[in-house]
Amino acid sequence: MSSIPLDYETLRLIWWTLLGVLLIGFAIMGGMDLGIGALFPFVARTDEERRVLLNLSGPTWEGNQVWLVLGGGAIFAAWPAIYAASFSGFYIAMIAILLALILRPVGFKFRGKVSDPRWRTVWDWALFVGGFVPSLVFGVAVGNLFLGVPFRLDATMRATYEGNFFLLLTPFALLTGLVSLSMLATQGSVVIAARTSGEVAERARKYGKWAAASTLVLFVLGGVVALFVLGGYQVTSVQDHFGPSNPLAKTVIAAAGAWRTNYTSMPWMFIAPVLAIIGSLGAYLALEIRAKVLGIIGSSLAIFGIISTAGLSLFPFLMPSSVDPNSSFTVWDSSSSQMTLFIMLCATVIFLPIILAYTAWVYRVMRGPVTTTSLNRNPNAY
Amino acid sequence: MVDPLVVDLSRLQFAATAMYHFLFVPLTLGLSFLMAVMESVYVMTGRSVWRKATLFWGTLFGINFAMGVATGVVMEFQFGMNWSYYSHYVGDIFGAPLAIEGLMAFFLEATFIGLFFFGWDRLKPVGHLVVTWLVAIGANFSALWILIANGWMQNPVGAAFNPDTMRMEVTDFMAVIFNPVAQAKFVHTVSAGYVTGSVFVLAVSAIFLLQKKHRDVSIRSMVVAASFGLAAALSVVVLGDESGYETTSHQKMKLAAMEDMYETEQAPASFTLFAIPTGNGQQFAVRIPWVFGLIATRSFDQPVIGIDDLVASAKTRISNGLVAYKALQQVRANPNDQIARQTFTQTQQDLGYALLLKQYPDGIENATNDDIANAAQSTVPDVWPLFWSFRIMVAVGFFYIAFFAFWFWKASTHRLETSRFWLKVAAWSLPLPWIAIESGWFLAEFGRQPWVVEGVLPTFYAASGLHWWDLVISLAFFLVTYTSLLVVMVWLLVRAIKYGPSETSVLDVNDNPSAHSAAIMEPAE
Repeated sequence: MSSIPLDYETLRLIWWTLLGVLLIGFAIMGGMDLGIGALFPFVARTDEERRVLLNLSGPTWEGNQVWLVLGGGAIFAAWPAIYAASFSGFYIAMIAILLALILRPVGFKFRGKVSDPRWRTVWDWALFVGGFVPSLVFGVAVGNLFLGVPFRLDATMRATYEGNFFLLLTPFALLTGLVSLSMLATQGSVVIAARTSGEVAERARKYGKWAAASTLVLFVLGGVVALFVLGGYQVTSVQDHFGPSNPLAKTVIAAAGAWRTNYTSMPWMFIAPVLAIIGSLGAYLALEIRAKVLGIIGSSLAIFGIISTAGLSLFPFLMPSSVDPNSSFTVWDSSSSQMTLFIMLCATVIFLPIILAYTAWVYRVMRGPVTTTSLNRNPNAY
Repeated sequence: MVDPLVVDLSRLQFAATAMYHFLFVPLTLGLSFLMAVMESVYVMTGRSVWRKATLFWGTLFGINFAMGVATGVVMEFQFGMNWSYYSHYVGDIFGAPLAIEGLMAFFLEATFIGLFFFGWDRLKPVGHLVVTWLVAIGANFSALWILIANGWMQNPVGAAFNPDTMRMEVTDFMAVIFNPVAQAKFVHTVSAGYVTGSVFVLAVSAIFLLQKKHRDVSIRSMVVAASFGLAAALSVVVLGDESGYETTSHQKMKLAAMEDMYETEQAPASFTLFAIPTGNGQQFAVRIPWVFGLIATRSFDQPVIGIDDLVASAKTRISNGLVAYKALQQVRANPNDQIARQTFTQTQQDLGYALLLKQYPDGIENATNDDIANAAQSTVPDVWPLFWSFRIMVAVGFFYIAFFAFWFWKASTHRLETSRFWLKVAAWSLPLPWIAIESGWFLAEFGRQPWVVEGVLPTFYAASGLHWWDLVISLAFFLVTYTSLLVVMVWLLVRAIKYGPSETSVLDVNDNPSAHSAAIMEPAE
């Protein structure tokens, strides 16, 4: 393995960071469309208003969703054991997310093809479910990472899940689900407020302020509960950061207050929750004073802060096990091989800048307000 | 061990969702290039009829594409959901092409598809043409990477088992990318997609000509489809033959099963054109001498190995696999046991064969001779579905060479409209590409059984330990959702086809919202 120019520890840290980048990328980009979906029936009341929202998301939502698809691919390639245990463990929750991901593309495309109001109402529901459900379920999943997931590994590294769907819905997980929902609803509303006008924009401002405020309050509440009420997990043996990925080679205990450890040993980490708070406040104020770009920046900053807080608090854990803590997955023992991490890093370094460049170009081409007149000029409009 | 019912339901679900997904993918692959060609002609000649054609096929493309996206995301998530041990066991190799597919293909395709529909009046003609080409290229890149991943399941090169992590890991990524099976599969599959797109365009245009409607768009579309289709139909068969040849080197069992060949046939082997496979010998066999030997070995002097001999060799590999398995246990117990490591390295290519024994109550360590014989026998897939799916696929492939050669001749001699009979044949042949493609996909995947990764990991061992009711819920969910959406999609396609290509081009649309939406939303019935 001497031919690989980066050591295993560094590669694992890079891929932990890149996983965060992809999730944040998805929450910022795809979050606009999920948030718009979750607010869809409330912000837009008439068919014409709804068409404005659809055509706001329409040209770019597919590209935005690829952040999620790539996130899934990256977990598979870089953290295969976690991909295996989490996707099978959260089986029914995944089906709920898939329901949403199936309904969205057809909802966008099919809704406008027939003008019968009943037809359109059906797809309005599909689009609402498609935005609301994943926004909530992603947060519920993250909450369960803090609580520990009931799985264990046997000697062949086969993961067995010992919970069920309803056990995922604990009060803390529902709280984190609501944080995620509010956060993405804020993201949707700042974009609507920035790119539409009239009543739709005004309603988006109203709901957006509620969403930003509840993001702030629920995030702080969740933080207090995670740090001071919940137990946590702690690695009690020395982990080899350069060794082969074998989760069973370490020992882990459940310990009260363990999620505080990182903040006491690395106080710079407080920057993440602080950014989350500043971001949500900024989004709220920007909606109040009708500062369009500031709203998007504030909300995106909040997303960055919130997801970073979750990742940093759990570090080095990625997915702790509640029934057999020694089976927990950490950054140091659940990655793919050094060679795969390196190959994937090369691919990412080459393609991510290209992706960002053409995405920016597409947004530039599609810039400008979305109005009923603008969408009636395009027969391909949704 | 995973409940056998869960394994069966998981297989059924994966097969159903993959085959549904593959109803939409081939049309996306083919139609995207056909649109790009038509739009190129528009940009080069400036004739608006070509833009009208591009817009019309684009509308149909969009409806199909939405279904492709809806059913595609499911595929990526299902490996982890239903095949979690598979995901752990081979994720180090299999995950990488999937992630690269996202980076290289999905982003390209998905980012520009929006601009394809929304960018007509925001981009210059050349700019929009570039966007259309990028969508087509993105879709085809996607096929490349997923088939590299699938090719590895058929011929697992460039990887080795790591006893310290209990999984397969990459040793040579270039070998994974340039896997000859993957390359043959890629060109064969995209060509099949081009045939599908061409048949779709040709058949719909033929319907228009039969109804004496939209002659301007139909004639031009048919010329493009006939030329593109002829090239594609030739390459799908030639490259399918390449795929068959690669199968000879890497999946002898699949090859013998699809030929229903129990006994090794001395060179040159004959091809069974028609027969009723009975499990022990064929009835009513019609054979063509030499042909199968040519397909499989490209020679007149090499035999094609039959199922019975392959079962015997599987038995040897199981015994060898047992040595590997015992050495692995020793390494796991004492990672510093260098002798055991060496034994394992020498025998690990047969470890997968030992895992076949996990399906019996005695397990691997206490396996009896009967278990070993049964395990060797279990490497034979069900013969008759493979035998027939292969023949259906090949028959349709050859039909389309003749079909497109004929239409290419008609197009070259300006006789596209001369015969209503042939237009009807064209229209009625519309479903055939899907039948061939689904048969081909079935042949590739079912023919690999009992393996999920050939010779490395048995399918029953790869499934997630879910409860059967999880599968009942998800399977019911997928079947109901997909079938309902498929019905809606076909209905919308028919509606859009009935409405036909529209003179209402992007730039001269009436700004009156109600009149406009009535025009585009409510096609005349």
